[in-house]
Amino acid sequence: MPQFLIDIRDIISQPWPWWIAGPMIAFIMFLLLFWGKEFGISANFRVMCAADGADDYASFFKFDWASQGWNLLVALGAMFGGYVAAHYFTDPGENVAGISAATVATLSELGHEVSEGNVPIVPEFYSWPSLFTIQGFIIIVIGGFLVGFGARYAGGCTSGHAISGLSALQLPSLLAVVGFFLGGLAMVHLIFPILF
Amino acid sequence: MKMSRFILVGIIFGITLYKAEAVSWYRIFEMFHFQSFHMYGIIFSAVSAGVIIVQLIKKGRIKASDGNPIQINNKDLSIPRYLIGGFIFGLGWALAGVCPGPMFILLGSGVTVLIVFLSAAMFGTFLYGVLRDRLPH
Repeated sequence: MPQFLIDIRDIISQPWPWWIAGPMIAFIMFLLLFWGKEFGISANFRVMCAADGADDYASFFKFDWASQGWNLLVALGAMFGGYVAAHYFTDPGENVAGISAATVATLSELGHEVSEGNVPIVPEFYSWPSLFTIQGFIIIVIGGFLVGFGARYAGGCTSGHAISGLSALQLPSLLAVVGFFLGGLAMVHLIFPILF
Repeated sequence: MKMSRFILVGIIFGITLYKAEAVSWYRIFEMFHFQSFHMYGIIFSAVSAGVIIVQLIKKGRIKASDGNPIQINNKDLSIPRYLIGGFIFGLGWALAGVCPGPMFILLGSGVTVLIVFLSAAMFGTFLYGVLRDRLPH
Protein backbone atom coordinates (compact mmCIF):
# COMPACT_ATOMS: atom_id res chain seq x y z
CA MET A 1 0.00 0.00 0.00
CA PRO A 2 1.40 3.48 -0.86
CA GLN A 3 2.67 5.45 2.13
CA PHE A 4 0.11 8.26 1.80
CA LEU A 5 -2.74 5.75 2.04
CA ILE A 6 -1.19 4.29 5.18
CA ASP A 7 -0.89 7.81 6.60
CA ILE A 8 -4.56 8.53 5.84
CA ARG A 9 -5.55 5.25 7.45
CA ASP A 10 -3.53 6.06 10.56
CA ILE A 11 -5.14 9.50 10.87
CA ILE A 12 -8.67 8.11 10.53
CA SER A 13 -7.86 5.33 12.99
CA GLN A 14 -7.28 7.70 15.89
CA PRO A 15 -10.28 8.47 18.12
CA TRP A 16 -12.12 11.43 16.58
CA PRO A 17 -12.59 14.55 18.72
CA TRP A 18 -16.07 16.05 19.06
CA TRP A 19 -15.14 19.07 16.98
CA ILE A 20 -14.55 16.84 13.97
CA ALA A 21 -17.58 14.60 14.48
CA GLY A 22 -20.13 17.39 15.02
CA PRO A 23 -19.39 19.34 11.82
CA MET A 24 -19.22 16.03 9.90
CA ILE A 25 -22.76 15.22 11.05
CA ALA A 26 -23.89 18.70 9.97
CA PHE A 27 -22.24 18.09 6.60
CA ILE A 28 -24.17 14.82 6.23
CA MET A 29 -27.41 16.67 7.02
CA PHE A 30 -26.44 19.27 4.41
CA LEU A 31 -25.75 16.66 1.71
CA LEU A 32 -29.18 15.12 2.25
CA LEU A 33 -30.91 18.53 2.15
CA PHE A 34 -28.94 19.33 -1.00
CA TRP A 35 -30.41 16.20 -2.57
CA GLY A 36 -33.91 17.10 -1.40
CA LYS A 37 -34.03 14.69 1.54
CA GLU A 38 -34.38 15.08 5.28
CA PHE A 39 -31.90 13.50 7.69
CA GLY A 40 -33.76 11.16 10.06
CA ILE A 41 -32.75 7.58 10.72
CA SER A 42 -35.70 6.34 12.79
CA ALA A 43 -38.12 6.97 9.90
CA ASN A 44 -36.66 3.74 8.53
CA PHE A 45 -38.50 1.73 11.20
CA ARG A 46 -41.80 2.98 9.81
CA VAL A 47 -40.69 2.18 6.26
CA MET A 48 -39.62 -1.33 7.29
CA CYS A 49 -42.92 -1.93 9.08
CA ALA A 50 -44.88 -0.75 6.02
CA ALA A 51 -42.78 -2.89 3.69
CA ASP A 52 -43.53 -5.88 5.92
CA GLY A 53 -47.27 -5.37 5.49
CA ALA A 54 -48.12 -3.24 8.55
CA ASP A 55 -50.36 -1.13 6.30
CA ASP A 56 -53.00 -3.82 6.74
CA TYR A 57 -53.20 -2.97 10.45
CA ALA A 58 -52.97 0.82 10.71
CA SER A 59 -53.42 3.75 8.36
CA PHE A 60 -50.15 5.17 9.78
CA PHE A 61 -48.34 2.68 7.56
CA LYS A 62 -50.32 3.51 4.41
CA PHE A 63 -47.87 5.85 2.70
CA ASP A 64 -45.58 5.78 -0.27
CA TRP A 65 -42.84 3.88 1.52
CA ALA A 66 -41.14 2.86 -1.71
CA SER A 67 -40.15 6.52 -2.17
CA GLN A 68 -38.17 6.26 1.08
CA GLY A 69 -35.71 3.72 -0.30
CA TRP A 70 -32.94 6.35 -0.18
CA ASN A 71 -33.22 6.39 3.63
CA LEU A 72 -32.86 2.62 3.84
CA LEU A 73 -29.70 3.03 1.77
CA VAL A 74 -28.38 5.55 4.31
CA ALA A 75 -29.03 2.95 7.05
CA LEU A 76 -27.36 0.27 4.94
CA GLY A 77 -24.40 2.59 4.38
CA ALA A 78 -24.21 3.22 8.15
CA MET A 79 -23.87 -0.55 8.61
CA PHE A 80 -21.03 -0.65 6.07
CA GLY A 81 -19.48 2.35 7.80
CA GLY A 82 -19.62 0.56 11.14
CA TYR A 83 -17.99 -2.48 9.60
CA VAL A 84 -15.22 -0.46 7.96
CA ALA A 85 -14.59 1.63 11.08
CA ALA A 86 -14.38 -1.39 13.37
CA HIS A 87 -12.32 -3.61 11.04
CA TYR A 88 -10.09 -1.24 9.08
CA PHE A 89 -9.93 2.01 11.02
CA THR A 90 -9.50 0.68 14.54
CA ASP A 91 -6.20 -0.85 15.59
CA PRO A 92 -6.34 -4.08 17.58
CA GLY A 93 -6.51 -3.31 21.27
CA GLU A 94 -7.61 0.26 20.51
CA ASN A 95 -11.35 -0.47 20.31
CA VAL A 96 -12.01 1.51 23.47
CA ALA A 97 -14.29 4.31 24.61
CA GLY A 98 -12.26 7.05 26.27
CA ILE A 99 -14.75 7.78 29.03
CA SER A 100 -13.80 9.85 32.08
CA ALA A 101 -12.45 8.49 35.36
CA ALA A 102 -15.58 9.83 37.05
CA THR A 103 -17.75 7.66 34.80
CA VAL A 104 -15.64 4.59 35.52
CA ALA A 105 -16.17 5.29 39.24
CA THR A 106 -19.93 5.76 38.78
CA LEU A 107 -20.13 2.47 36.88
CA SER A 108 -18.22 0.78 39.69
CA GLU A 109 -20.73 2.11 42.23
CA LEU A 110 -23.45 0.41 40.20
CA GLY A 111 -21.47 -2.82 40.34
CA HIS A 112 -20.36 -2.67 36.70
CA GLU A 113 -16.56 -2.89 36.80
CA VAL A 114 -14.50 -1.61 33.88
CA SER A 115 -10.85 -0.59 33.93
CA GLU A 116 -10.05 3.00 33.04
CA GLY A 117 -8.39 3.39 29.65
CA ASN A 118 -9.62 -0.04 28.65
CA VAL A 119 -13.39 0.44 28.45
CA PRO A 120 -14.74 -1.35 25.36
CA ILE A 121 -16.87 0.50 22.80
CA VAL A 122 -19.37 -2.34 23.04
CA PRO A 123 -20.39 -3.46 26.55
CA GLU A 124 -20.38 -7.16 27.38
CA PHE A 125 -24.17 -7.23 27.75
CA TYR A 126 -24.55 -6.67 24.00
CA SER A 127 -24.27 -10.39 23.37
CA TRP A 128 -26.52 -13.35 22.56
CA PRO A 129 -25.95 -15.13 25.90
CA SER A 130 -26.78 -11.97 27.82
CA LEU A 131 -30.05 -11.67 25.90
CA PHE A 132 -31.23 -14.60 28.02
CA THR A 133 -30.47 -12.81 31.29
CA ILE A 134 -33.03 -10.42 32.80
CA GLN A 135 -30.65 -7.47 32.57
CA GLY A 136 -29.63 -8.14 28.98
CA PHE A 137 -33.24 -8.76 27.91
CA ILE A 138 -34.42 -5.48 29.46
CA ILE A 139 -31.57 -3.51 27.88
CA ILE A 140 -31.91 -4.91 24.36
CA VAL A 141 -35.58 -5.79 24.00
CA ILE A 142 -37.28 -3.21 26.22
CA GLY A 143 -34.70 -0.61 25.16
CA GLY A 144 -35.41 -1.30 21.50
CA PHE A 145 -39.15 -1.17 22.04
CA LEU A 146 -38.98 2.19 23.87
CA VAL A 147 -36.71 3.66 21.19
CA GLY A 148 -39.00 2.52 18.36
CA PHE A 149 -42.23 3.57 20.08
CA GLY A 150 -40.88 6.86 21.43
CA ALA A 151 -39.15 7.92 18.22
CA ARG A 152 -42.33 7.60 16.19
CA TYR A 153 -44.52 9.14 18.90
CA ALA A 154 -42.17 12.13 19.06
CA GLY A 155 -41.91 12.17 15.26
CA GLY A 156 -38.15 11.70 15.16
CA CYS A 157 -35.02 10.58 16.98
CA THR A 158 -31.64 12.12 17.66
CA SER A 159 -30.92 12.75 13.97
CA GLY A 160 -34.37 14.07 13.05
CA HIS A 161 -34.95 16.29 16.10
CA ALA A 162 -31.64 16.97 17.86
CA ILE A 163 -29.70 17.56 14.62
CA SER A 164 -32.11 18.42 11.78
CA GLY A 165 -34.84 20.02 13.93
CA LEU A 166 -32.62 22.11 16.20
CA SER A 167 -30.58 23.26 13.18
CA ALA A 168 -33.81 24.57 11.66
CA LEU A 169 -34.68 26.23 15.00
CA GLN A 170 -37.85 24.18 15.37
CA LEU A 171 -39.53 24.58 18.76
CA PRO A 172 -41.16 21.11 18.53
CA SER A 173 -37.70 19.59 18.17
CA LEU A 174 -36.47 21.48 21.23
CA LEU A 175 -39.42 20.04 23.19
CA ALA A 176 -38.56 16.57 21.90
CA VAL A 177 -34.91 16.95 22.90
CA VAL A 178 -35.99 18.12 26.36
CA GLY A 179 -38.12 14.96 26.48
CA PHE A 180 -35.14 12.81 25.37
CA PHE A 181 -33.03 14.21 28.20
CA LEU A 182 -35.72 13.97 30.86
CA GLY A 183 -36.28 10.34 29.88
CA GLY A 184 -32.56 9.59 29.77
CA LEU A 185 -31.92 11.21 33.15
CA ALA A 186 -34.85 9.31 34.70
CA MET A 187 -33.42 6.08 33.33
CA VAL A 188 -29.83 6.44 34.52
CA HIS A 189 -30.60 8.03 37.88
CA LEU A 190 -33.81 6.28 38.92
CA ILE A 191 -33.91 2.93 37.11
CA PHE A 192 -30.24 1.97 36.69
CA PRO A 193 -29.66 1.66 40.45
CA ILE A 194 -32.40 -1.02 40.45
CA LEU A 195 -31.38 -2.70 37.19
CA PHE A 196 -27.65 -3.04 37.82
CA MET B 1 -25.70 5.29 -10.06
CA LYS B 2 -27.64 8.07 -8.36
CA MET B 3 -28.85 5.99 -5.42
CA SER B 4 -25.36 4.84 -4.43
CA ARG B 5 -24.59 8.34 -3.12
CA PHE B 6 -26.94 7.62 -0.21
CA ILE B 7 -24.93 4.54 0.70
CA LEU B 8 -21.80 6.69 0.61
CA VAL B 9 -23.38 9.26 2.96
CA GLY B 10 -24.34 6.40 5.28
CA ILE B 11 -20.77 5.08 5.26
CA ILE B 12 -19.39 8.50 6.24
CA PHE B 13 -22.06 8.73 8.95
CA GLY B 14 -21.15 5.28 10.25
CA ILE B 15 -17.40 5.88 10.36
CA THR B 16 -17.90 9.29 12.00
CA LEU B 17 -20.13 8.08 14.84
CA TYR B 18 -18.03 4.96 15.38
CA LYS B 19 -14.71 6.79 15.53
CA ALA B 20 -16.16 9.54 17.75
CA GLU B 21 -17.35 6.76 20.11
CA ALA B 22 -20.91 8.11 19.90
CA VAL B 23 -22.04 4.51 19.30
CA SER B 24 -20.81 3.46 22.74
CA TRP B 25 -23.26 2.67 25.53
CA TYR B 26 -20.60 4.04 27.92
CA ARG B 27 -20.52 7.43 26.20
CA ILE B 28 -24.32 7.75 26.53
CA PHE B 29 -24.11 6.73 30.19
CA GLU B 30 -21.40 9.35 30.72
CA MET B 31 -23.47 12.01 28.93
CA PHE B 32 -26.50 11.47 31.16
CA HIS B 33 -24.22 11.82 34.19
CA PHE B 34 -22.75 15.09 32.85
CA GLN B 35 -19.25 13.66 33.34
CA SER B 36 -17.76 14.66 30.00
CA PHE B 37 -18.22 17.37 27.41
CA HIS B 38 -17.60 14.91 24.56
CA MET B 39 -21.20 14.05 23.53
CA TYR B 40 -22.42 17.60 24.20
CA GLY B 41 -19.56 18.88 22.07
CA ILE B 42 -20.67 16.64 19.19
CA ILE B 43 -24.30 17.75 19.45
CA PHE B 44 -23.52 21.46 19.97
CA SER B 45 -20.98 21.66 17.15
CA ALA B 46 -23.28 19.72 14.80
CA VAL B 47 -26.21 22.01 15.60
CA SER B 48 -24.06 25.18 15.40
CA ALA B 49 -22.84 24.23 11.95
CA GLY B 50 -26.37 23.07 11.08
CA VAL B 51 -27.95 26.42 12.05
CA ILE B 52 -25.52 28.25 9.75
CA ILE B 53 -26.27 25.84 6.90
CA VAL B 54 -30.05 26.16 7.34
CA GLN B 55 -29.84 29.96 7.52
CA LEU B 56 -27.85 30.04 4.26
CA ILE B 57 -30.48 27.78 2.70
CA LYS B 58 -33.37 29.95 3.94
CA LYS B 59 -31.71 33.08 2.58
CA GLY B 60 -31.52 31.32 -0.79
CA ARG B 61 -27.71 31.26 -0.80
CA ILE B 62 -27.66 27.47 -1.24
CA LYS B 63 -29.86 25.73 -3.78
CA ALA B 64 -30.64 22.03 -4.16
CA SER B 65 -28.66 19.87 -6.56
CA ASP B 66 -31.47 20.20 -9.11
CA GLY B 67 -31.25 24.01 -8.94
CA ASN B 68 -34.53 24.48 -7.05
CA PRO B 69 -34.79 26.14 -3.63
CA ILE B 70 -34.44 23.68 -0.74
CA GLN B 71 -37.69 23.27 1.19
CA ILE B 72 -37.41 22.99 4.96
CA ASN B 73 -40.82 22.25 6.41
CA ASN B 74 -41.87 23.53 9.82
CA LYS B 75 -42.99 20.86 12.26
CA ASP B 76 -46.51 21.10 13.68
CA LEU B 77 -46.47 22.50 17.19
CA SER B 78 -47.96 20.43 19.97
CA ILE B 79 -46.72 19.78 23.46
CA PRO B 80 -47.72 16.28 24.66
CA ARG B 81 -46.54 14.52 21.54
CA TYR B 82 -42.96 15.78 21.76
CA LEU B 83 -42.58 15.68 25.52
CA ILE B 84 -44.20 12.27 26.13
CA GLY B 85 -42.82 10.66 22.97
CA GLY B 86 -39.44 12.21 23.63
CA PHE B 87 -39.47 11.01 27.24
CA ILE B 88 -40.20 7.44 26.14
CA PHE B 89 -37.46 7.64 23.52
CA GLY B 90 -35.03 9.02 26.12
CA LEU B 91 -35.77 6.12 28.47
CA GLY B 92 -34.86 3.67 25.72
CA TRP B 93 -31.86 5.68 24.50
CA ALA B 94 -30.26 5.70 27.95
CA LEU B 95 -31.23 2.10 28.69
CA ALA B 96 -29.93 0.55 25.50
CA GLY B 97 -27.21 3.18 25.01
CA VAL B 98 -27.98 3.41 21.32
CA CYS B 99 -30.34 5.44 19.22
CA PRO B 100 -31.38 4.31 15.73
CA GLY B 101 -28.26 5.49 13.84
CA PRO B 102 -25.70 3.86 16.16
CA MET B 103 -27.85 0.72 16.24
CA PHE B 104 -27.37 0.25 12.48
CA ILE B 105 -23.68 1.15 12.78
CA LEU B 106 -22.97 -1.36 15.56
CA LEU B 107 -25.03 -4.01 13.80
CA GLY B 108 -22.75 -3.59 10.79
CA SER B 109 -19.62 -3.64 12.96
CA GLY B 110 -20.56 -7.17 14.03
CA VAL B 111 -22.76 -6.81 17.12
CA THR B 112 -25.33 -9.19 15.68
CA VAL B 113 -27.51 -9.33 18.79
CA LEU B 114 -28.72 -5.84 17.91
CA ILE B 115 -30.93 -7.43 15.26
CA VAL B 116 -33.14 -8.18 18.29
CA PHE B 117 -33.04 -4.49 19.23
CA LEU B 118 -34.01 -3.62 15.64
CA SER B 119 -36.93 -6.06 15.74
CA ALA B 120 -38.08 -4.66 19.09
CA ALA B 121 -37.83 -1.11 17.72
CA MET B 122 -39.89 -2.10 14.68
CA PHE B 123 -42.47 -3.66 16.99
CA GLY B 124 -42.52 -0.44 19.04
CA THR B 125 -43.06 1.56 15.86
CA PHE B 126 -45.79 -0.84 14.80
CA LEU B 127 -47.58 -0.59 18.14
CA TYR B 128 -47.39 3.21 17.96
CA GLY B 129 -48.98 3.06 14.49
CA VAL B 130 -51.82 0.90 15.81
CA LEU B 131 -52.44 2.97 18.96
CA ARG B 132 -51.81 6.34 17.35
CA ASP B 133 -55.42 7.59 17.34
CA ARG B 134 -55.81 6.82 21.04
CA LEU B 135 -52.65 8.60 22.21
CA PRO B 136 -52.54 12.31 23.15
CA HIS B 137 -50.76 14.32 20.43
